[in-house]
Amino acid sequence: MEAYERLAAARAKGRPSGLCYIRNIFTDFVEMHGDRRFGDDGAIVAGIARLGDLPVTVVANEKGDSTKERIRRNFGSAHPEGYRKALRQMKLAEKFGRPVVCFVDTAGAFCGISAEERGEGEAIAENLMEMSALRTPILSVFVGEGGSGGALALAVADEVWMLENACYSVISPEGCASILWKDSSKVREASRCLKMTAEDLLRLRVVERVFPESGGFDQVYATLKTELYRALRQKIALDTNVLLQRRYDRFRRMGARPER
Amino acid sequence: MLTKNLFRKPANPLEWYDSIRGKKNTRPDIPEQMCVSCPKCKTILLTGDLSESAHVCPKCGYHFRINARQRIGLIADRDTFRERDAQMSSSNPIDFPNYEKKLWHARLQSGENEAVVCGTASVGGFPCCLFVMDSHFMMGSMGTVVGEKVTRIFEYALQKSLPVIGFTVSGGARMQEGTLSLMQMAKTSAAVRRHSDAGNLYVAVLTDPTTGGVTASFAMEADIILAEPGALIGFAGPRVIEQTMRKKLPPGFQRAEFLLEKGFLDDVVPRRGQREYLARLLSLHQRRA
Repeated sequence: MEAYERLAAARAKGRPSGLCYIRNIFTDFVEMHGDRRFGDDGAIVAGIARLGDLPVTVVANEKGDSTKERIRRNFGSAHPEGYRKALRQMKLAEKFGRPVVCFVDTAGAFCGISAEERGEGEAIAENLMEMSALRTPILSVFVGEGGSGGALALAVADEVWMLENACYSVISPEGCASILWKDSSKVREASRCLKMTAEDLLRLRVVERVFPESGGFDQVYATLKTELYRALRQKIALDTNVLLQRRYDRFRRMGARPER
Repeated sequence: MLTKNLFRKPANPLEWYDSIRGKKNTRPDIPEQMCVSCPKCKTILLTGDLSESAHVCPKCGYHFRINARQRIGLIADRDTFRERDAQMSSSNPIDFPNYEKKLWHARLQSGENEAVVCGTASVGGFPCCLFVMDSHFMMGSMGTVVGEKVTRIFEYALQKSLPVIGFTVSGGARMQEGTLSLMQMAKTSAAVRRHSDAGNLYVAVLTDPTTGGVTASFAMEADIILAEPGALIGFAGPRVIEQTMRKKLPPGFQRAEFLLEKGFLDDVVPRRGQREYLARLLSLHQRRA
């Protein structure tokens, strides 16, 4: 399948978004709202749940499954308060020694006046810096679209996984085509050039694992449940300083130059 | 030729290359760069006067964009700047079409190997690490080399317990290096965090324009965040926002003064007082012996 077809699949109406994964993988989910600064952002869902016998903090992009819901959740594009809500829950996870699981499905952070005046850039930057040193394991799974900084703000993790049709890109192919070729119809070409598919990113070592979708989403939930549990158990067993050093090295090697 | 016109943006990026190859410049020899008009107050200024006033319009205070070397000349004490990783330059890690050609043009146009210059210097007699981005190299976009150089300067500063002063100017993450560019946001942020955890000072000065992935990473992670007057600072660029919102943006939106009012900057500092301002900050953060 070509990059453009995968992108279409990642954006397809009816594709499960964050909440589906929470409902189907975890039990006892308790949602926690708000960033205690400005408001509650529907584009990001956060809370505490149980994975098997393990209490975990869950953070997920949610695009909404009906027109009304999609508007309420701003189509999964978060404002600064969404990222600050996510960070607040992650800090609680650190305090109580719970691992963090993130599900990413966003076209990107919201681009608008409200987001800018409340510090979209600052909110994302803060998440990147804090997550890089969060003293508890973090796993991120890309389940749909992974748009730029808004996706990365939930993905400074010990491991990053992707579903086979999920995407992860520095810029939307539409944006890339219109900037580079002044022609937004060259989306197909742009999506190929950007190397945004799970297959590409596995090869570039930006992600650790890719999960097939051919068996249907029930199969995906079941696999993720088993694999997340196994991976988290392994991470929890590590000394925290070792965990953090590995997280640092994970990003440190990306684009590193040999001559030092 | 090299020294005389190094800081001028050539109309034809290959002009410099042609000149050293001995190709004849067919245009009549009019010194068109002798005068510039201030984009804000429209006053005609002599370029000679402008460079003496730190490229700030003496009439209205408009801050012209300057390149990294000019910036270092204004901030670092005379002859104290020692560059690090000067030779590092980008390859084409995801085989993006025409990227090599673009890099080649950018090198000729800017006279730099990449969009950031890093090194050590002293400012007002206080030693520090310095990184200065350059908008003349692919609009200061961050690819793997910019990310690597910024990360290294923070790691070096951590090792030597030195403060870091950084001047940002950037259109954001460089799309020609795909997701690897995006990863530089995480990499640099982690290095800033380690530098910070050891009790070291980091001061960022945001200059026109600082947007996208640089705003959403190390530009906004400093202990003290300053900006030049009138600098455009944001996550999304104004054109993208206008397209999304389908309306005109209010005047002054995303300018340094707007961010100061919204509480995202510590101060707006005019270029001509910056060296003294930074020296005072460094002196206030001297560790007790």
